[in-house]
Amino acid sequence: MNIIRVEGLKYKYPHTDKLALDDLTFDIKKGEFIGIVGKNTAGKSTLCYALTGLVPHFFKGAYGGQVYVDDLEILKSDISDISLKAGLVFENPFSQMTGSKYTVAEEIAFGLENMGVDREEMITRINESLLLLDIEHIKDKNPFSLSGGQMQRLAIASVIAMRPDVLILDEPTSQLDPQGTEEVFKVVEKLTKEGITIIMAEHKIEKIAQYSDRVMLLHNGRLIDFDTPQKVFSREDILDFGVSPPIFTKICRVLNIRDANTDLYPVTLEQVPKKELTLSKETISKRR
Amino acid sequence: MNLIRVQDLSFSYGDNQMILQGLNLEFTEQTTAIIGQNGAGKTTFVKLLKGLLTPSSGDIFINNINTKELIAAKLAKYIGLVFQNPNDQIFKSKVIDEVMFGPLNIGYSEKESKEYAIEALELVGLSGEVDRNPYDLSLSQRKMITVASVLAMQTNIIIFDEPTMGQDYEGKEKLKEIMRRLHHNGKLVISILHDMDFVAEVFERTIVFNRGRVLMDGDTRSVFSKVEMLKGAYLDQPFVTQVGKQLGFAETFLNVDELVEYAVSREIHN
Repeated sequence: MNIIRVEGLKYKYPHTDKLALDDLTFDIKKGEFIGIVGKNTAGKSTLCYALTGLVPHFFKGAYGGQVYVDDLEILKSDISDISLKAGLVFENPFSQMTGSKYTVAEEIAFGLENMGVDREEMITRINESLLLLDIEHIKDKNPFSLSGGQMQRLAIASVIAMRPDVLILDEPTSQLDPQGTEEVFKVVEKLTKEGITIIMAEHKIEKIAQYSDRVMLLHNGRLIDFDTPQKVFSREDILDFGVSPPIFTKICRVLNIRDANTDLYPVTLEQVPKKELTLSKETISKRR
Repeated sequence: MNLIRVQDLSFSYGDNQMILQGLNLEFTEQTTAIIGQNGAGKTTFVKLLKGLLTPSSGDIFINNINTKELIAAKLAKYIGLVFQNPNDQIFKSKVIDEVMFGPLNIGYSEKESKEYAIEALELVGLSGEVDRNPYDLSLSQRKMITVASVLAMQTNIIIFDEPTMGQDYEGKEKLKEIMRRLHHNGKLVISILHDMDFVAEVFERTIVFNRGRVLMDGDTRSVFSKVEMLKGAYLDQPFVTQVGKQLGFAETFLNVDELVEYAVSREIHN
């Protein structure tokens, strides 16, 4: 079942000449983990906004085509209705905090209060979110006393508490340490098992390769590729789009080590053959 | 030559919790990475070096001058710090003014400051944006503005707090190039980083912080060869090192070329 349908989406910010999103068409199935990659001007954030209704309801400008989240057409729907279907986590957790709540638990409650969720249900959801993001131990702390990593997990918890069908994350781990990053990816993957669809823009390519079902490659607002991580990261021209393949892929490409099942290059450590290496004569002569 | 000497340094923010405990470190010209979990005390440590915080006990000497004898404004001539979050640093409404503020403030003339600012903006790839408002630019570009602002001050010591945050491939490559160039020009580069492969590729020395103490300190290869110690600080080896292991090699590799060269030459000798 498709949870997201995008047809011919074009968008231009006010007072700009260039299309930020240029004729995008794609479908996303319920429960998929989608990684969005591309350089910083590729349109990753703008696409995240378009899938949550910030484009065109908050950011005005020229808009064409259709975006459907479940049965809602974004252009024709109220942003408060969209917010029940698709939640957004920003790259900078500071911009996500309400600034009006004194504890982590109250911060998570904020969205639920606005939705009119009753007290018992609210407490259940807050506890569930605290547990999922591993921030139970700081539930009584002031959000602004948290480290960057803790604050980002709180931002995700606040969105998850609203139980959206689709969770969209715009570089959510950029402020996190390796352990925090891994925790976020693991938690988010767990959410896909509960039927939540994940769409994540990220520069941490090795993690995207490991966790995504499909990878969307954007460049100058256009959809260059939308396929399995192995197919996208095995592209010969991937660097032309300002995206480095995972280190595993780089090494395996040079040494011509392929995944036995797909004949493509490995994109995760697990796919790298766990044995002593024998290189072909061709590979050796190429390097000499 | 010791550019920085840290003696029995301890710090707490006033409550009973010690953020840093009994640190003794020396910094020479070696490029040095500081790694460790969020909350390990890394940012607090560099803020102390920069004089933004005062030690609870112990001393820090920059160029053999005790930081307690210098106000932060004086210290700014010797040591520059690029903050983790550019929004904590940027306050001017024009990119060029933002980057010129530092050099002007430590006594360079208008002309010199402009020259240094333009040079620094070129280095970070923002020479086309001099008249823009920093807040009209993206977060990754704002990060590069803060890098330029510190470079423009021509300090001998430059500290980066998590510079790769939000940077794409091109941005990271640019940062590597900037750090190498600074090192080549005889500056001391210290950086807090979460990207282990970036550390492995660029830094000669790596210090592992864990709960306010130094868990490991040594040349980068030897630090990254100690898997168990790293695990103790909730860190992993760089991906490139992990691939080497997976392929059955005993060596600790720090970059892709190294691993590939090794693999190929081994085949030739067999």
